[in-house]
Amino acid sequence: MAYSEKVIDHYNNPRNVGTLNKDSKFVGTGLVGAPECGDVMRLQIEVGEDNVITDAKFKTFGCGSAIASSSLATEWLKGKTIDEALSIDNMDIVEELALPPVKIHCSVLAEDAIKSAINDYRVKNGLEAIVLEKSHH
Amino acid sequence: MKQPIYLDNNATTPLDPRVLEAMLPYFTEKFGNAASRNHAFGWVAEEGVDYAREQVAKLIGCTEKEIIFTSGATEADNLGIKGVFEMYKEKGNHIITAVTEHKAVLDTCKHLEKNGARVTYLGVKEDGLIDLAELEAAMTPETILVSIMYGNNEIGVIQPVKEIAAIAHKHGALFMTDATQAVGKIPVDVNTDGIDLMAFSAHKMYGPKGVGVLYVRRKNPRVKVTAQMDGGGHERGMRSGTLNVPGIVGLGKACELCRLEMESESVRLAALRDKLETTLNKMEESYVNGNTQHRLPHVANISFKYVEGEGLMMAMSDLAVSSGSACTSASLEPSYVLKSLGLSDDLAHSSIRYGLGRFTTEAEIDQAIEVTQKAVNHLRELSPLWEMFKEGIDLSKIEWAEH
Ligand SMILES: Cc1ncc(COP(=O)(O)O)c(C=O)c1O
Ligand code: FES
Repeated sequence: MAYSEKVIDHYNNPRNVGTLNKDSKFVGTGLVGAPECGDVMRLQIEVGEDNVITDAKFKTFGCGSAIASSSLATEWLKGKTIDEALSIDNMDIVEELALPPVKIHCSVLAEDAIKSAINDYRVKNGLEAIVLEKSHH
Repeated sequence: MKQPIYLDNNATTPLDPRVLEAMLPYFTEKFGNAASRNHAFGWVAEEGVDYAREQVAKLIGCTEKEIIFTSGATEADNLGIKGVFEMYKEKGNHIITAVTEHKAVLDTCKHLEKNGARVTYLGVKEDGLIDLAELEAAMTPETILVSIMYGNNEIGVIQPVKEIAAIAHKHGALFMTDATQAVGKIPVDVNTDGIDLMAFSAHKMYGPKGVGVLYVRRKNPRVKVTAQMDGGGHERGMRSGTLNVPGIVGLGKACELCRLEMESESVRLAALRDKLETTLNKMEESYVNGNTQHRLPHVANISFKYVEGEGLMMAMSDLAVSSGSACTSASLEPSYVLKSLGLSDDLAHSSIRYGLGRFTTEAEIDQAIEVTQKAVNHLRELSPLWEMFKEGIDLSKIEWAEH
């Protein structure tokens, strides 16, 4: 299967690869997927004043589309408020990267990673975790 | 676009130009039907087929009359297994095969199970070889056929064919082997090996696609298979259909070249493969899959732990290779062959198969090594699992979010 140019670009030049201090209370970490399934995504956000995401980092074990989805997600997250970040839908990623149907779940994984990072941040700061609707996979 | 380096010769091989040259006249002036008995067009086509049959026979040590031309190994597997089941069902309904077989064998057996066959699927040891004691124990008076492949398409391991044949024969069963990956690459002789039926294909040995062979023994014992297609009774009644003359001529030429060049070519390929494998195996956390002693000379299957195969292949777009990985979330399973070796799913997801061939050069292997090393390192930089491994975190202790 041929990949779209955007996937290839994110894949070759992944944005925001790296690790934030997961013990900091300003950092939320989401770890989703499982090695046995062939995909593991770790996405981290750093939240500043007014609930604005000041930094985002990822590392992903998975196919090219999963890597590109998480790279794109970190790009989108920076500068957004938590509420804005929560509204990122996996289909936005699918559209932006022109992912074919078999690769939709790679974007779902990225959405899950965002939500799970936000929840980690919320719980750390004494807020309730947001109940996630079970995404389509 | 620059052509990637082709290292997927287990999937298919390029056509040797000498084979193409032999085939060409049979598309044009020598277009006759080999079954036309009454004019020169037919005779010329038949001569071409006869010469090809002779070449095939020489390569595998049988007589011309024991060769049934088919459309490929898939058809030959179907014809051999279904044909034996139907022909010998008075005698019994039990078939023994192995879990690492090609789908052409496994799915044929599954089909027969719906028609009253009892099939035993032998597991394999960690190195990919079957356990002969297990085979022996599985034999029953109803066993009519043991079908175990010669060389495996994913990991290249060579089964102890001679010993398997002896066990089958001791219990009065026939022995069939899918030798698609072995014929033309290593010496295969139906008599020394004790083979009663054997399937193989031209496009894995530098011949054309869409043509293959079912070898059917005619003496000691005389084996028969029930035809699976009705028609003009070609190929001694076992496989009807006008012969694919250019394809068969190409197959014949391919067999001739393999026979003449095998000895030196297998040494050359093994040296290149070993160079590739030893160098890549020096990388941290890389594992060679399958038995390395009993193995085809041109195959290497390596897992690079903590990187995912499909992602890895994308980083190696300069190489045409294949991976045992398939994301389970995409409703795909990682390679059943690798899993049957007892490989954990994450190692199966991290595997790359390199299949070398006649046109592989040392410069290409050097480049493949470099590209692989670079890609693995790049992806490990991106891999959360690699980071955890480096921090000494035990991945098996983490509770992964199910999905
Ligand atoms: C072991 C084995 N058996 C059978 C086949 C099928 O061969 P063909 O493509 O000629 O039907 C293949 C090739 O994929 C193979 O590797
Ligand atoms: S993560 Fe499963 S195919 Fe992309």
